[in-house]
Amino acid sequence: MGIAETYTRGRQFAVTRPGSVLLALVGVVLLFDLLAGLATGQHSFSGVGSLVWDGLMRGLVVGLAGIGLSMTYSILNFANFAHGDYITAGAFSGWATTYLVAGLGRADVGALLLVGAGGSVFGGSLGIGVTGTPLAVLAGILVSGVVTVGLALFVDRTAFRPIRDADGITLLITSIGVAFALRYLMQFVFGASVRGTTAQPPAVGLYLVDGFVRIDAHDVALVVVAGALMLAVHLLLQLTKLGKAMRAMADNEDLAQITGIPTERVVRAVWVIGGGLTGVAGYMFILWKGTLGFNDGWLLLLLIFAAVILGGIGSIYGAIVGGLAIGLTASVSVIWIPSAFARAAAFFVMIVLLLVKPEGLFSGRTTA
Amino acid sequence: MSDTDATNAEAESEPSGAAGGTGAPTTEEPSTRLDLGSGGPDVSEQYPLQVDGLRKTFGGITAVDDASFQVERGTLTGLIGPNGAGKSTTFNLITGMLTPDAGTVTFDGEDITGQRPHAIANKGLVRTFQIARELRDMTVLENLMLAPKAQRGEALWRSVTPGFRDDVVEQEEELLERVWNVLEFFDIDHIAEEYAGNLSGGQRKLLEMARALLTDPDMLLLDEPFAGVNPSLEKRLLEHVHELREQGYTFLLVEHDMDLIMENCERVIVLHQGQVLTEGSPAEIQANEEVIEAYLGGNV
Amino acid sequence: MSVRDDVADRIPGGDAGLIVVVLLALYAVYILVGVGLGYSVRGQLNTIAVLTFYIGVFAMLALALNLHWGYTGLFNIGIVGFMAVGIYVMALVSKPLYGSGGAAQVGGLGLPLVVGIVAGMVAAALLGALVALPALRLRADYLAIVTIAMSEIVRFSFLSGELQQFQLFGERVGFGGGSGLILDFTNPLEAFFAFFGLWDAYLGFVDAFTVIIPNNPKPVVDGLVYGAVLLGFVAAFFWLLKRTGESPFGRVLKAIREDEDVANSLGKNTNRFKIKAFMLGCALMGLVGILWLMTSGAVTPNFFRPRITFFVWIALIIGGAGSNTGSVLGGAVFAALLYQGPRYLKNLIDTVIPNADAPSSFGPAVAPLVSNFDPAPLFFYTIDSVRQLQLVIMGLVLIWLMHNRPEGMLGHRKETAAGIPLTASRARGTASTDGGDAGGEVDE
Repeated sequence: MGIAETYTRGRQFAVTRPGSVLLALVGVVLLFDLLAGLATGQHSFSGVGSLVWDGLMRGLVVGLAGIGLSMTYSILNFANFAHGDYITAGAFSGWATTYLVAGLGRADVGALLLVGAGGSVFGGSLGIGVTGTPLAVLAGILVSGVVTVGLALFVDRTAFRPIRDADGITLLITSIGVAFALRYLMQFVFGASVRGTTAQPPAVGLYLVDGFVRIDAHDVALVVVAGALMLAVHLLLQLTKLGKAMRAMADNEDLAQITGIPTERVVRAVWVIGGGLTGVAGYMFILWKGTLGFNDGWLLLLLIFAAVILGGIGSIYGAIVGGLAIGLTASVSVIWIPSAFARAAAFFVMIVLLLVKPEGLFSGRTTA
Repeated sequence: MSDTDATNAEAESEPSGAAGGTGAPTTEEPSTRLDLGSGGPDVSEQYPLQVDGLRKTFGGITAVDDASFQVERGTLTGLIGPNGAGKSTTFNLITGMLTPDAGTVTFDGEDITGQRPHAIANKGLVRTFQIARELRDMTVLENLMLAPKAQRGEALWRSVTPGFRDDVVEQEEELLERVWNVLEFFDIDHIAEEYAGNLSGGQRKLLEMARALLTDPDMLLLDEPFAGVNPSLEKRLLEHVHELREQGYTFLLVEHDMDLIMENCERVIVLHQGQVLTEGSPAEIQANEEVIEAYLGGNV
Repeated sequence: MSVRDDVADRIPGGDAGLIVVVLLALYAVYILVGVGLGYSVRGQLNTIAVLTFYIGVFAMLALALNLHWGYTGLFNIGIVGFMAVGIYVMALVSKPLYGSGGAAQVGGLGLPLVVGIVAGMVAAALLGALVALPALRLRADYLAIVTIAMSEIVRFSFLSGELQQFQLFGERVGFGGGSGLILDFTNPLEAFFAFFGLWDAYLGFVDAFTVIIPNNPKPVVDGLVYGAVLLGFVAAFFWLLKRTGESPFGRVLKAIREDEDVANSLGKNTNRFKIKAFMLGCALMGLVGILWLMTSGAVTPNFFRPRITFFVWIALIIGGAGSNTGSVLGGAVFAALLYQGPRYLKNLIDTVIPNADAPSSFGPAVAPLVSNFDPAPLFFYTIDSVRQLQLVIMGLVLIWLMHNRPEGMLGHRKETAAGIPLTASRARGTASTDGGDAGGEVDE
């Protein structure tokens, strides 16, 4: 009976959700290909391990930045295309601070504040890194968070609040305007060049079957900072009244308004939390990858959208899990496809998932 | 296509000067009705709509639970029940807006369960919405011109290709004529050029019914067509409905107002907690203890 | 009813007249400024040619987008991806075979330009179908994310080394990767005139210009003529989309934008209408991609950054979504004031105040201002960065528009969706007998 029932149910599932079944099949095929590759020595364990580690790191950044996007998406009801440029703003403000603290007295203040625009100062030669200049990095993290909070509140005040009641698409279009204004203002000030920001950090090699997986100090810093912030958000949403209000508003704004939850205050809180996390994510992203350009946030934004939609809009755990999944996809996909298509692969996964499960993996669990 | 052509031809031959309120909009219905049921007398001949064992659950809550009923041709049948009885869900299941978890919907002898809304509408089973959903930025005329089925110009290539477009324009003129007939039938010809978004609640209800009628349906599902309508308009709307029913249209009507149902419907189906509690003539329903209990229970 | 509508009513020729008047006004500004600064005739004509070019492409793109967003409510922010596919496929089909001379790394299939153009449009339409088929079921904001992701996938794909060069029908073809693709087919203008057997006549026509441009007039005349051809295409787009809108097809699109459930419940297969409208718009976007780039000699993937999509959206919103006339006007105003305007202004300032050494970055530009109140370096840096700053300005303009005039410069324009004029012109001699004033009394 068990088998027959399982069979019937499986068949029903296959009929009603052909997309899911196809997706699972593709996943199984890829996994077998990977295992076969590992068995035959075509792929090395350490090589795959490095890709996985790289993907996890990328995923942490995406997840951290995704929390803010997910919260504003569900509570304010629009896809904020300026979010990527908040990331860039966080990165530039934080790195200007780090440069200033690390390089004060050793280089021109203007050059330091502009994060070495036009090749005037190099982060590597200042020896910047979490081990070399811990104070500068810490200051950078703090400033990136604070500045991005300020920016998010300012933009909300000037661009979004006047049309708070407009539909999601109007707000979305407005946010595109904000995105371009911010991005090219930053290019105007900081220049278009992509600059190296850090000195080579110390690293250890973890032995894995046939080689080493390299883990450096900045990876560790990213894990610590991202982990701590994610935990803090979790506690904030679970334990405070504010968290409850946010969850209520994400579920139903009108109801929240009727029950006397001060919605504008909640909105402000969302920008503060989301902006802060996003700014820090931007800073840590640059610390981790070691280069900074004015397009970084925008390029990351689509991956973040992918993560947020994958995880289910409004769910912060979804954003984190979605971020890790998207990060892994972008990194690990190079096992099967040319590296030029790695980013495309992540978008593709998002598109497919939108079609198969548009409500996201963590659907129904809003903002908590 | 040939269907529409025939209809149009008739519409044209009809003297268009018929006085508004009483002049029949005419001619839309009979041609299709007569050649129905080619397979000899069967159940579907007498009962165009049959619902059997319909079930729908939303996240653990069963909105419609094994509902079965049928609607007799040429009647005005009421579908009533206390709040949350599953009336709107039933409508959505019949018209394809929702897909049932179990059960079948049969229309004119054909199983239409799970078909897409437009496919069902094209078979002659057309609905209106509880809250009138006029197309706000379209004029009343545009709203109505939208409705007729199988318009030649709905094929993009024909609408843009020189030469072929003449056919489209010709049909548009015929449609416009039909639309004016219906406008006059419903006495809303004076607002023809108004944007639908500017209409009053009652006018929207009229517009919505007129629009549904222009699709040339066999059967109309009306979802609370009188909600929020003042008594004098309600009376007029009802007159229209009766007039249309006499012409052979079948109506299934969801309505809260018990008196209205009892006075106007030939048959009444009572839904309660997603199931058909009972059905019968208004008198039988009024005498039914269960129904009274259900309503009292539902209201308390 | 906005003030501008009244203006439109008073201009002879209605909407077409309005477009002509706006275009003439924009040209007049450019010419007057040029005359005032004593530009040469050659320079003036060149300015006009470039201006016309951008007016043409942006007007066409806005028209195509209007079909998606204004008519059907499909939120497409992947415009640039369809443009890229259009020109790349066209190049693949129409570039000469590899080894037939020339410096190109890869060849094409060597087919006529017309075949290439049609192939490019078809490819863009097919990509549109590929995106739309599944994505049309999604919410508008999801479609937005899917389309922009698609356009970036397209860009990365053309950037990748894998597609740089490959074999097709035994020919060595490819997309050139990041270093770009040389468009070494016949000069389209030449092909165009040669097709009608008018090439020699055209060359004679060009020679006539030696009167006003003594030295090599051909590039200038080519530019002007190509601009005129583009305006012809704008007219064709306008005609096509006007017909599309003013038809039962357009009526269903309009209904879909308003409330898709209603259209569906009236028996319209809305998905089919949406896909058709989407594919048509995508094909037109592909065509604009071709028209924009086929005379440029080469094409690189990074030309197709999302900013062009953003430009088109601003153009459409300036003009007002939902109106074809507005789309053309929006495209023209955007091209003349926001796109070309700042660049022209930079040239102007460069002519008036020649600055040999603008600072190369923000630091050296600001330092003199801070240290000894010398604003000149910052000023020159600002002028030099006009291409970035104009994007900032556009962003701010977009925000302003969404706050203050989301319906565009023409106001809330409603174009009738029917093949015939829908007016209350019907002779209604017989007054209704009872309840004639239903409108008054029904209000609940």
